[in-house]
Amino acid sequence: MDSEAPPLMAGLEIHQQLDTCEKLFCHCPTRLREVKERNGEFTRFLRATESEMGEIDRAALEEMRTIRRFTYYTYDTTCLVEDDEEPPAPLNQEAVAICLTIARCFGMHPVEQVHTMRKIVIDGSNTCGFQRTALVAMGGSLPGGARIETICLEEDAAQRVTDQVFSLDRLGIPLVEITTGPDLRTPEEVQEVAEYIGMVLRSTGKVKRGKGTIRQDINISIPGGARVEIKGVQELELIAEVVRREMERQENLIAIRDELKGRGACVDEDQIDVTSIFKGTKSSILEKAKMVLAVRLKGFSGFVGKEIQPGRRLGSELADYAKRCGVGGIFHTDELPAYGIAAEEVQSVREKAMAGDDDAVVLVAGSAEKARCAAKQVIRRAGMALAGVPEETRRMLEDGSTAYMRPLPGAARMYPETDIFPVSVEKAFWEGIPVPELLIGKAKRFEQEFGLDPPAAYQAATSENLPAFEEAIREGVKPTLAFRVIITAPVELARKGVDVGKVSQADYLAILSAIERGRVAKEAVPDLITAIAGGTPPDQAVASLVTPVSNDELTRIIRKIIGERKEFVAQKGMGALGPLMGLVMQEVRGKVDGKLVSEALRRELERSA
Amino acid sequence: MTEYRSGDLVRCTGGGREYAATYITERDGKAVVKLDSGYNIGVPFETLSWEGRPEIEPPGLARPFQREDLPELAIISTGGTIASRVDYRTGAVTSQFSAEDILRAIPDLASIGRFRTEQISSILSENMTRRIWQDLARAIFHDLKSGVAGVIVTHGTDTMAYSAAAISFMVETPVPVIFVGSQRSADRPSSDNAMNALCAASAAVSPLGEVAVVMHATTSDDRCAIHRGTRVRKMHTSRRDAFQSMGMPPIGRVDYPDLSVTLSGEAVARGEREPVLREKMEERCGLVSFHPGMDPLVLEAYRGYRGLVLAGTGLGHVSTPWVKGLAELARDGVSVVMTSQCLHGRVCDRVYDTGRDLLAAGVMEGEDMLPEVALVKLMWVLGQADDDREVRALMGENLRGETRGRSTHGL
Repeated sequence: MDSEAPPLMAGLEIHQQLDTCEKLFCHCPTRLREVKERNGEFTRFLRATESEMGEIDRAALEEMRTIRRFTYYTYDTTCLVEDDEEPPAPLNQEAVAICLTIARCFGMHPVEQVHTMRKIVIDGSNTCGFQRTALVAMGGSLPGGARIETICLEEDAAQRVTDQVFSLDRLGIPLVEITTGPDLRTPEEVQEVAEYIGMVLRSTGKVKRGKGTIRQDINISIPGGARVEIKGVQELELIAEVVRREMERQENLIAIRDELKGRGACVDEDQIDVTSIFKGTKSSILEKAKMVLAVRLKGFSGFVGKEIQPGRRLGSELADYAKRCGVGGIFHTDELPAYGIAAEEVQSVREKAMAGDDDAVVLVAGSAEKARCAAKQVIRRAGMALAGVPEETRRMLEDGSTAYMRPLPGAARMYPETDIFPVSVEKAFWEGIPVPELLIGKAKRFEQEFGLDPPAAYQAATSENLPAFEEAIREGVKPTLAFRVIITAPVELARKGVDVGKVSQADYLAILSAIERGRVAKEAVPDLITAIAGGTPPDQAVASLVTPVSNDELTRIIRKIIGERKEFVAQKGMGALGPLMGLVMQEVRGKVDGKLVSEALRRELERSA
Repeated sequence: MTEYRSGDLVRCTGGGREYAATYITERDGKAVVKLDSGYNIGVPFETLSWEGRPEIEPPGLARPFQREDLPELAIISTGGTIASRVDYRTGAVTSQFSAEDILRAIPDLASIGRFRTEQISSILSENMTRRIWQDLARAIFHDLKSGVAGVIVTHGTDTMAYSAAAISFMVETPVPVIFVGSQRSADRPSSDNAMNALCAASAAVSPLGEVAVVMHATTSDDRCAIHRGTRVRKMHTSRRDAFQSMGMPPIGRVDYPDLSVTLSGEAVARGEREPVLREKMEERCGLVSFHPGMDPLVLEAYRGYRGLVLAGTGLGHVSTPWVKGLAELARDGVSVVMTSQCLHGRVCDRVYDTGRDLLAAGVMEGEDMLPEVALVKLMWVLGQADDDREVRALMGENLRGETRGRSTHGL
């Protein structure tokens, strides 16, 4: 299969949050909050606006099928701009500069006059009903030859709390959107390019880190298939798998189409009311429903239940469309009788729908309005199966399969944000923007300059604590010590559940300074970090560990340990130094520097010899 | 240089590439073009080459259906945008004024009434004038005479409260005359235009019989407040709920989305008055907001005026050096009315010496009238009466709910 795999056309859209002081169009901090910290809420409806062509954007229209009231949570870190109650502030210049820095990294050409646009989005994630976005640079390239088409600066959307509830803390955080050409040819290449772009972004030192701060959208099509956009892939290591599964899904849909054609399959427009058949049924869903409708899919028998992706069937696709109307899902004859629906009931449905052996019947249930809407959606999606692969926006499920989200947005959904003046990118300003050293280049330099081995050098270069590491080295700290304290210790402690995110770069530098000045021993590093992560100020954490072990006490501890192991000491002589060292260090718990312990231990061993 | 027109197809070269685009406009010396992706960018004119001018067929739009069995409402627009349409090809946003276009943009209106529309001006509301108020008053009166169930006036929000007050005095109405606008532009999906318009239409078919402003009551899309035209003020630059009733609760509310109307006991009921038009207004009137240290020489600018409203400090004061100048104006026949910058509460010039001096100089107490309402009222009163005693009597009388004898507890 692999060797005959059809050629792939794939591209990436990478969204990365920038680590600016303020949001893109207001002066609020770019801080994420806990929902419980909210200080208010309000509700709004969004309404699709009619375009000049008398059309409402199809993605917008799809959202309107379910007219919804949205609730928004506000915080003491959000303002009226996020509430869509105040015009936006001018475009954040810090964000523009970071965006241009990234553009330089990819050898792009800046737009001379940057215009902010309004991109219609009425899923509730933007209070305005549009997302503000500006095209900043074009025409870059990647080392492998693939193109970077554009880089845009845009505002992040509000975070969904539940279906119709959004949190405004994230709305307005600056994002860059980097779009590659459809130039990627294998699932692995898609993942590698995503990794490379992520590395370049982190090289600026001005992007946010951690879960949810970078999101990848993947555009995929195969010959005979259709362009599908998979939204919001957060796990880098799943990208290749997502691409493979989408290729598989499209191949299967194409195969199903061909077989359906061979069978002369077609889709009826009729919705058949079968509510009466399910009076007294054991299926609680159908029993409760005000209306149950059947749709006959001629020639579809066996295909609705056919797997097209791990865990996904053609039926799952029909169900996704039906769910847009507010129903929980669908039933279809490829999986019935089951779920409390009896064989006789299935038979009655088949008879009433005049379905032959080759035909499948889909059941939808709900209020009359929902059921009719859902039946219509099933008919629409089944019709698409006869054409092959529909163009869609899809969302990733946990394992790398995907579910239908909405149609691909039409192109015509942007118009100027008249409240924001255009921003000129002057030649001198552009040329004065420094190109940062790429993290892979930095890793090489760490190997050569600091003698770190390649994995360690790479770990340091890509660590979130890189700025502190570099600062420590500038201050003359030995690279190996800085590496241990700033790079590896936090990773190890994080694994043990210590919230090292609470430890700032300045805290690490304070720890190093205490070690350098001999106030605490290197061995105390884990205790110090743990204490600071737990909320103890660094000074206090250091003070609590400074010399609570006096010289006398150290001597007493050493004599006690030697006394307990007289035979071993007699046998090994000075050779006992190494093994006993560990025991003494354990006893003083890092409160005394190893060098002092070793000297005292040597002295005592000599004395007892 | 080629004369580009908005919508022209062009080719741009830049960044080592060539791409197709649509010319939009000129901005700060650059050509703004729209790329196929929808983004606008500004590029040097030298990088453009003209490709063609596409024939754009006017969209074949379906005619909205109007139900003959519903009450007839008149929509009069002055320039405030209640509906707009976006041309995504060029990014142009155009305001919609015809009944059909408004119904197309806000289809739910068709279930409340059938509509006729008239556009009497298309101005930004800061450019409102006495003449347009008079045109508006005549247009409303014409609709009232023809028996409409209600009138909706779409208006820019900046000066909507002034206009609502002006119409309150100029037109006596048996049916609701509702002013409505939007604080957030009508092109955005979150605009307050649709909800405000639906609430305004519901108020316009309700049992109300006076001039009112209907706008969002809160930042949420949950209800609109119905404010008396002479007691309403824009109290925020940008929020949806900028309009507030001052010194009294709103006279009603419209819940959303169910559009049920609740009127307070103070609301004037439908049918209580006959339509009357008295649109004469004296234009030579001014409103001066006093501040500490303000030079009394500014009063010289009001020589030859017929009326002057002061927004004084606190209980209604200006500095001592002003008293003489005001006395001279009053002697020359200028009607001077004192109101307060506090906006809340009643003027009383009998408590302190300055106040007593002002009264002696001939200044009238504007009671609890809002400064701008007092101005509009003075313009109207001076259009109706010449005699100083008559003017004083009318200014002191509560004509349209603009002043209240009692300052009630709890507001």
